[in-house]
Amino acid sequence: MTSFPAPTPSAQADALDRAAIDASCRVPVLLFFASANFWLFFGSIFALLASIKLTNPEFLTDSAWLTFGRVRPAHLNAVAYGWASPAAIGVAIWLMARLCRAPLRHARILIAAALLWNLGVAVGIGAILAGQSTSVEWLEFPSYAAILLFIGYAFVTVWALLMFRERRPGHVYVSQWYIFGALFWFPWLYGVTNLMLIVWPVQGSVQAIINWWYGHNVLGLWFTPIAIASAYYMIPKILGKPIHSYYLSILGFWALALFYSWNGGHHLIGGPIPSWVQSASIIASVMMLIPVIATAINFHMTMVGSFSALRTSPALRFTVFGAMSYTIVSVQGSSMALRSLNKITHFTHYTIGHSHLGMYAFFTMTMFGAMYYIIPRLVRWEWPSAFLIKAHFWLAASGIAIMVVSLTVGGVLQGLELADPKIPFLDIVVRTRPWLHARSGSGAFLFMGQLAFLLSFILILLRAGRRREGPTLLGDAASRRS
Amino acid sequence: MNRAASLFLGIFLTFTFAWVGLVLVPYFQFGRVTDLVSEDTGQTLPPPLSGLAQRGHEVYAAQGCVYCHSQQVRGETQGSDLARGWGARRTVARDYIGERPHFLGTMRTGPDLSNIGRRQSSAEWHHKHLYHPQTVSPGSIMPAFRYLYTLRKIAGEPSADALHLDGADAPPPGWEIVPTPDAKALVAYLLSLDRSYALPEAPTD
Repeated sequence: MTSFPAPTPSAQADALDRAAIDASCRVPVLLFFASANFWLFFGSIFALLASIKLTNPEFLTDSAWLTFGRVRPAHLNAVAYGWASPAAIGVAIWLMARLCRAPLRHARILIAAALLWNLGVAVGIGAILAGQSTSVEWLEFPSYAAILLFIGYAFVTVWALLMFRERRPGHVYVSQWYIFGALFWFPWLYGVTNLMLIVWPVQGSVQAIINWWYGHNVLGLWFTPIAIASAYYMIPKILGKPIHSYYLSILGFWALALFYSWNGGHHLIGGPIPSWVQSASIIASVMMLIPVIATAINFHMTMVGSFSALRTSPALRFTVFGAMSYTIVSVQGSSMALRSLNKITHFTHYTIGHSHLGMYAFFTMTMFGAMYYIIPRLVRWEWPSAFLIKAHFWLAASGIAIMVVSLTVGGVLQGLELADPKIPFLDIVVRTRPWLHARSGSGAFLFMGQLAFLLSFILILLRAGRRREGPTLLGDAASRRS
Repeated sequence: MNRAASLFLGIFLTFTFAWVGLVLVPYFQFGRVTDLVSEDTGQTLPPPLSGLAQRGHEVYAAQGCVYCHSQQVRGETQGSDLARGWGARRTVARDYIGERPHFLGTMRTGPDLSNIGRRQSSAEWHHKHLYHPQTVSPGSIMPAFRYLYTLRKIAGEPSADALHLDGADAPPPGWEIVPTPDAKALVAYLLSLDRSYALPEAPTD
């Protein structure tokens, strides 16, 4: 991996094409990435505050702005709409340009989109802290903020269509199917649910069905497809070999499109909604094993024989960590929809552990991997410090592992005790506290890892350090060179 | 896959399928449930909220109570909700027809509140609990909502709605702690939470 063969003329032309595409993406993609990192920082501060408040209820309690019930949704919205969505949009833009094999055009549409979107996020989070939240989980932004997000997002979708029209002819790669799916599903989903829940709210518990149809689809039809698209690009690209099976990728995509969108009702098992809605969602949740296993086999078989590359490539290490977590979190999710297990885990911290396994171990790690690959190509500078990347990886990996284990074990114990009516409720609250302390500690790990990434990000934008000949690698290859 | 048209059509159809199935069908099936009048008592069920309680519903939303408290009682086979005394029966769609937004919730860091007005029917208790939860619920991790109360100097007679607080929470002599309009509305809403009436689809026995 350390010696580079002399390029042939056609390979050289390809490399120049790619460099031109990367240069054309620089401003819009970096704008989305920078804003994503900004919100990740603040979203994590809100997370730490909320987590400490759960064990120390007297902490910062005199201000309405910082009460738990506002800081917690501020965290969720800052990381879902401030961090995850702009990160996903940035990755999707770059993948689209690369896979259309054409330089990015109409950058102004994307810049306008980034400004509108971030304005919407700032207004929305301010509104939550000021007490104007809609109190609808995942859709807390009042309509005056949501409309900014919707328009900003619509710009991105329009841009993607224009880009696709101007592509160079050839195969439409699997990553693009997922990106197009996500870019259509999300605005439809976001628009329709905002209309039916916030603008003209429907009646009673129908709201809950639509609420969780959104809450699940935003994960399954927006964040998940972009992360899978990224993994489908990064893994074969970094290893320099084709994806294992074209047919498995087709199966994985269409099965996801068909089944994920039916999962939402499993958040309301036992609740005041028709049984058939619950049953349909339970079945769809179990059927999700099909796309998940198809995708897992495809990634795994592509990796077979190349696992040693995880020691050196930062982008691959983060991406594969994410892809493996996708399999784990999805199988766990299917099991949680089963009535017998749901009876225990519903309403407990187990669910919070599951959502962080999905949004952090899978989605966020995959986005970090993509950024480690994309950003050096945009700024034409390599990552200044392999140490910072390693610190980021190990803090993030151990932090999320501690968080998921403590919330999972604590959640199961909480659920088993809740199921026993002889145990007084307040005893359960007291016994759950140590697990919540562990969660705060794990959050500190994640936060420090993100600071390492933020520092790397700022340094590479400043083109700090000395110019490197090849990419910044971890492990053996890097130490030999430095 | 090289046919962009079939890709877009598939993306459109799979999503439409779920939207119709999981949103529109439930909406038309039970999105227009009406209230009814009890033959025994002549009472409208579910009882409509008073204006003050309706205002309290908004305060509940603004403080984010829903992140720790559910408002749904599951049936006997699906959890211990009834055995814990959180309700006399499972809750059904009709119980929620006046709720915008809904507060079904997904988390029980604190107990279910579907019937809190019946389980704790004293306004005084709720005010003390909101002001300093641990004084009435030892071990609770609920945050205090002191910002919903005002400390003010007693002018003339003490206010009728002043809180009776002991120990460190007690105001200095000549001062009193009174609920803000938001606190009064919130407590009115909490006291209104009583879904113990019988419905044809959810009898209480």
